[in-house]
Amino acid sequence: MSDTQGERLQILKTYKLYIGGAFPRSESGRYLQVKTVGGRFMANIARASRKDFRQAVVVARKAHESWHKKSAFNRGQILYRVAEMLESRRSGFQAMLVEAAGYGPDNARAELDAAIDRIVWYAGWADKFHQIAGNTNPVASAHFNFSFPEAMGVVAVLSSKQCPLLGLVSALAPVIVSGNACIIIVDDPAPTIAIELAEVLAVSDLPGGVVNILTGLRSELFVQAGSHMDVDGVFAVGSDQEEKKKLQIEAAEAVKRTFFVDDASPSEWLAESRQSPYWILPFVEFKTAWHPIGV
Amino acid sequence: MLPSSSRYIPPNSPTIDEVSINERVDKLGTRSIKTTAKIQGLKLCIAMMDLTTLEGSDTPGKVEMLCQKARQPILTRDDVPQVAAVCVYPPMVPIAKAALAGSNVKVAAVATYFPSGQASLSERLDEVRRTVDAGADEIDMVISRGDFLAGRYDKVHDEITRTVEACGEAHLKVILETGELQTLDKVRLASDIAMDAGAHFIKTSTGKVQPAATLPVTLVMLEAIRDYYQRTGRMVGMKPAGGIRDSKLALKYLVLVKETLGDAWLSPDWFRFGASALLNDVLMQLETQRTGRYQSDRYFSLS
Amino acid sequence: MSQKPSELLFGDLWSYAPAPESPSHVKYDKRLSHFIDGKFELGENHFPVINPATEEVMTEAPMADAATVDRAVKAARVAYEKYWRPMPGKERAKYLYRIARMIQEKARELAILESMNGGKPIRESRDVDVPLAAAHFAYYAGWADKLKYAFPGLEPRPLGVAGQIIPWNFPLLMAAWKIAPALATGNTVVLKPAETTPLTCWKLAEIIQEADLPPGVVNIIHGMGQTGAAMVNHPDVDKIAFTGSTDVGKIIQRAIAGTKKKLTLELGGKGANIIFEDAALDQAVEGIVNGIWFNQGHVCCAGSRLLVEESVVDQVVMKLTHRMQTLRVGDPLDKNTDIGAINSRAQLDKITELVQAGVDEGGTKHQPVCELPGKGFFFRPTFFTGVSQSSRVSQEEIFGPVLAVLTFRTAAEAVEKANNTPYGLSAGVWTEKGSKIFSMANALKAGVVWGNTFNKFDPGSPFGGYKESGFGREGGRHGLLPYLDLGGF
Repeated sequence: MSDTQGERLQILKTYKLYIGGAFPRSESGRYLQVKTVGGRFMANIARASRKDFRQAVVVARKAHESWHKKSAFNRGQILYRVAEMLESRRSGFQAMLVEAAGYGPDNARAELDAAIDRIVWYAGWADKFHQIAGNTNPVASAHFNFSFPEAMGVVAVLSSKQCPLLGLVSALAPVIVSGNACIIIVDDPAPTIAIELAEVLAVSDLPGGVVNILTGLRSELFVQAGSHMDVDGVFAVGSDQEEKKKLQIEAAEAVKRTFFVDDASPSEWLAESRQSPYWILPFVEFKTAWHPIGV
Repeated sequence: MLPSSSRYIPPNSPTIDEVSINERVDKLGTRSIKTTAKIQGLKLCIAMMDLTTLEGSDTPGKVEMLCQKARQPILTRDDVPQVAAVCVYPPMVPIAKAALAGSNVKVAAVATYFPSGQASLSERLDEVRRTVDAGADEIDMVISRGDFLAGRYDKVHDEITRTVEACGEAHLKVILETGELQTLDKVRLASDIAMDAGAHFIKTSTGKVQPAATLPVTLVMLEAIRDYYQRTGRMVGMKPAGGIRDSKLALKYLVLVKETLGDAWLSPDWFRFGASALLNDVLMQLETQRTGRYQSDRYFSLS
Repeated sequence: MSQKPSELLFGDLWSYAPAPESPSHVKYDKRLSHFIDGKFELGENHFPVINPATEEVMTEAPMADAATVDRAVKAARVAYEKYWRPMPGKERAKYLYRIARMIQEKARELAILESMNGGKPIRESRDVDVPLAAAHFAYYAGWADKLKYAFPGLEPRPLGVAGQIIPWNFPLLMAAWKIAPALATGNTVVLKPAETTPLTCWKLAEIIQEADLPPGVVNIIHGMGQTGAAMVNHPDVDKIAFTGSTDVGKIIQRAIAGTKKKLTLELGGKGANIIFEDAALDQAVEGIVNGIWFNQGHVCCAGSRLLVEESVVDQVVMKLTHRMQTLRVGDPLDKNTDIGAINSRAQLDKITELVQAGVDEGGTKHQPVCELPGKGFFFRPTFFTGVSQSSRVSQEEIFGPVLAVLTFRTAAEAVEKANNTPYGLSAGVWTEKGSKIFSMANALKAGVVWGNTFNKFDPGSPFGGYKESGFGREGGRHGLLPYLDLGGF
């Protein structure tokens, strides 16, 4: 675009990774070119490497320590703030869903509404899912016995390949609401949206490292999710048979928990069946404690 | 040497609920200290300060500078008290003594192979005697944390009684190193043992281990002092040391003393702060109270 | 030293200067209005609203007559049919989140109003009442679109219009406890605050208007006993929720007999605070203080009976005596005040009468030596020793800063004494032995058992009583039940 009189040159945004609350480049220096649906150059996004993944795990593990110690109410408040921030920046996302992901304006609006509402929905579960998933157990001996959920730690997420905003949010929220930290691998037609969302997270009082977003090639990185010994769980959206099997084999080495969900089109992701407290539970452990009752 | 028949039996110290202690500390932390109360409190903080330098790199020059600050914390006012004491390593005692001559500022010294205490008892007692001979008014000793955590309470008690003896006329502060004791129950037990053994003061920490002094630990120790006083009639002093860098926090400590032990302990005879950076912050707050302006540290001499 | 040996002196060597919270930025009308159908409307028959710390008239509130009540109920009914019932839960949720956020934004103003109107120390309104009120709205907001998960196998429905009557001890918080679950479950509301404390509810109406809640979903009307009666008797109210005295609770229960109205009651209590010899004693003493002198003792769940294991009663009494000396009674707007004003002249008279009864019955009265302000309704923190289980101070709910100290020798005896009351709201148990906590929790007939703590509240924790302390729970998943039709039972 030339600098003709009266026309102003835009400052192009550099899209980097989101790790530890900051935006570093990939240590590999590699990039992927992203275009608008119209074929116009949009950005050179970072192509994350396994070393970036490794670094993200270190950061996520540390962040989990303090994130899961916050009160459930506090986590809910922070997630609500994410919704506030996303709502206030919706026009940017609207434009990007249209230009980068090829949505019609009405579909873009519907997806934005749903993404914001879904975040609020999960925010409301933060201090409640214990009340439907945990309970006391009336054991036959003179013991007080109670089962309660605990966040498992660090979860690797392979995000939707079809639905760049709502699909991403639908995996992110149920994982972190219980106190987990996560590393999300994003490989979809409009990956700049994920980094825009990272910017929203960065201003939402969400502690750095709770969510880490790596743009890149899923085919290169998915193995790390399964094989890294310090990752507790894997949430894979839209794995084909081959990827699923490979992940399960790798996961076995650390007896890692895996949870698979089919991918879907953007309009299918709007469905109420795509949000559930039963997407929270695969990423918690249940602890049962006993104590005698007596004098 | 204690006859073997009079084996020391550790006191029946109560257990402490940590959550409750933290809640009490938080509630006392909401006390709002303003205007006249603030000025009075800040001056009390200065009068209660043991201005401290305990670095491997300490030199006579450093110690002399500290002593100058101790005698006259601020040149432009004459309504600010001197600090209670200067606290140094044993070799620096003669330097401090000379630099403080003619003032009421005491010379306190750490001894017993501070901060670790890892030396034989006779070596530790020897260091105490030499330091007292060199002119120290007060000695801060460390307890054997290893022996304490292993349950050798009789040994810990015995070492303290011997150190009291070795101090002669000098006052003894017993450092519990609360950061290494881990639980409030243990802090309470160590406090009780130290007081049983004759400590004049009990002190939280060396400042060389994190965490150093904290409000919850201090509250537990103040309650121990209160119960001991009610049982025996003997007053014991208290000193939190390390990590108290600003006036707001220092005043919170004073609130703990006031509301746990009352008026009698609100004096340098019974309460001290082990600090260094705190002094200038208190002076800055006093200046703000006087002038109405927030201060900059460039106007306050280094200690 | 002028003090006796081994005695502590809590004197004036270093006294806290006044630390007043300035009310200058807080605004309220010279005459309060009802809030009906989304609009503020001036009423009639105004009665004075006073500041119990100064006895000054702050403002006046209108007395809603039967016709006003009728209009409010009609507005709630229309709003229920037209707006609220058809609205998807997730949209209802958003309104509740808005209210929560706005309470946070106006936190300081609300806290000051609460203290000026009700008498409680600013530290309490600021640190407890207002944050909990906001949290309550935020908590129930999250349930609004998740009701199908709350009760497995059921698709619950709202009841319709709820009439809610709340007391003067935690005005804003009680409004939150009532309005939040009612709205979350899809009901609309007519709420009446207590006649002595209308101000924060009036301010809440402002917030509700700012949050753009559809008109009629929440209606806040003012008045006295007759207004409450008109609400209870109104034929188009589906649900009554009442927090207040046991006497009035019984009147209400009789009044709705034979009708289809649902009812929840949260009434008085005479909570037992039980201290075993193996308790962490200093912390237990702190728990006693929180249990009875927090909020001037105006707490239904107050730990007003202290049951101490005999072997430690002297120690506990001594610690309590010392602790009492550092309690600061005075101006509720001073940030250092621990005990504020008694809510009204009537309540002060009641407390004075019962304390005198305690003395007449032969009990020993313990109070700190402290000056009370010249004006206003104030009472020193008090405890009685030398009273028995049957003394009036041990049996009747005083609703003031007065504690009865009794002893026991065995856990079984403690349970028996604790349960020997028609009330059953709360109890405290202090022991470091875990198994004893659980066995006591099992044996105590109380809706809330606090182990090694007291007066802890959380929007997620169900609260309510056994026996004459009422029925129904507020808070948590269980707090949804009072406002739902589960389907045929």
